Amino acid sequence: MKHLIDIKDLTVEEIDELIKVAKDIINNKEKYSHKCDGKTLATLFFEPSTRTRLSFEAAMLELGGNVLGFSEASSSSASKGESVADTIRVVGGYSNIIAMRHPKEGAPFVASEKSTVPIINAGDGGHNHPTQTLTDLLTIQCEKDRLENLTIGLCGDLKFGRTVHSLITAMSRYKNIKFVLIAPKELVIPEYIKKDVLEKNNIKYCETTDIEEYMGDLDVLYMTRVQKERFFNEDDYVRLKDYYILNKEKLEKAKEDLCIMHPLPRVNEISTDVDDDKRACYFKQARYGKFIRMALILKLLEVK
Amino acid sequence: MNIDSIKNGIIIDHIEAKKGMEIYELLHLGDLNCPVAMITNTKSKKMGRKDIIKIDQDMEINVDMIGFIEPNATINVVKNGELVNKYKVELPEKIVNIAKCQNPRCITSVERDLEQIFTLTDKENKVYRCKYCEMSLK
Repeated sequence: MKHLIDIKDLTVEEIDELIKVAKDIINNKEKYSHKCDGKTLATLFFEPSTRTRLSFEAAMLELGGNVLGFSEASSSSASKGESVADTIRVVGGYSNIIAMRHPKEGAPFVASEKSTVPIINAGDGGHNHPTQTLTDLLTIQCEKDRLENLTIGLCGDLKFGRTVHSLITAMSRYKNIKFVLIAPKELVIPEYIKKDVLEKNNIKYCETTDIEEYMGDLDVLYMTRVQKERFFNEDDYVRLKDYYILNKEKLEKAKEDLCIMHPLPRVNEISTDVDDDKRACYFKQARYGKFIRMALILKLLEVK
Repeated sequence: MNIDSIKNGIIIDHIEAKKGMEIYELLHLGDLNCPVAMITNTKSKKMGRKDIIKIDQDMEINVDMIGFIEPNATINVVKNGELVNKYKVELPEKIVNIAKCQNPRCITSVERDLEQIFTLTDKENKVYRCKYCEMSLK
């Protein structure tokens, strides 16, 4: 039985296949509307994440399946002290597949070791969020028509931003990828990502604090939110949260076919005046998230 | 300084000076009912100074733990006063319940009955990462 805990669990070929199926779903929704009849997805969200949970639930409903679950730990038996291992054994008896979000890093991995049904990691603390990475890859593939030969700008919180770390790891497996890492000095990319991923795979990258410096070179600009929950010190958060605000002015030198992405939710980092720009892809990106999750559910349930 | 030689037991040699006590504690050698000699800071041709532990009892020892603390250590097994086996320990690929993950966000901090498992991800720099949260061991 296959689970998805870390994006590295998937080979490039498996990712390409998921993207192919997701694109087919986009173009032939009817064909897939009964693929999961009689199947149930459990969404176990031990910490709230409306967007990701709704995306999973919409994905299963559009496949004809059912959903059950909880949206915060207080409404689950975890609040009574039940272990992850026990919860998973119980819920596995009520569902065919489980999407799980947990504030503790490694919790979905623990679940996968005990589960009788496939587990999808829907985010574990600051660690992994593989379906966000799949969403990002599908977005890039659909909007740029390729996953190779790209210069990708990553901007904002590159230190704690797990989506950024996973995206770098995933994109490093494709040919001729360059990264421009844009972050204030307090939030630069961790050394281990540089050493273990970028340098190990001979990926070209440069670092800057200036969002406009390489704007004209970028094919993709991935903006991220500075997340309050990652800071122990409120003052640091307040000082850094508005460090980068992307607006029309800053996009003056950008390519006509730049793809602007953001995992959402956005706070201030992209001005609303960018929303109508044809290069703004972040709301489309959220929609792509549903389609790639549909493809993933089909794969893990081994539905043809 | 003379320490009696042992008849049946184990000698852990080539321990970096001052690291012997850590191994002594982690192997719970203080709980044994046999003589255990801890020689610290003794002269060594190879190492300058080193620690040696002599255990006067044949026993199973946690080689992974010794390898994790001191990958250059040597184990000598003595039977009837003769050296019957001598080998160098190695940096183990995996350590179980030897170190605890320091990441407060790791599932091991709350989940019951979960073993503390670390795997070697960078042999050159002796980097171990938690099996669950992947945080490196400091």
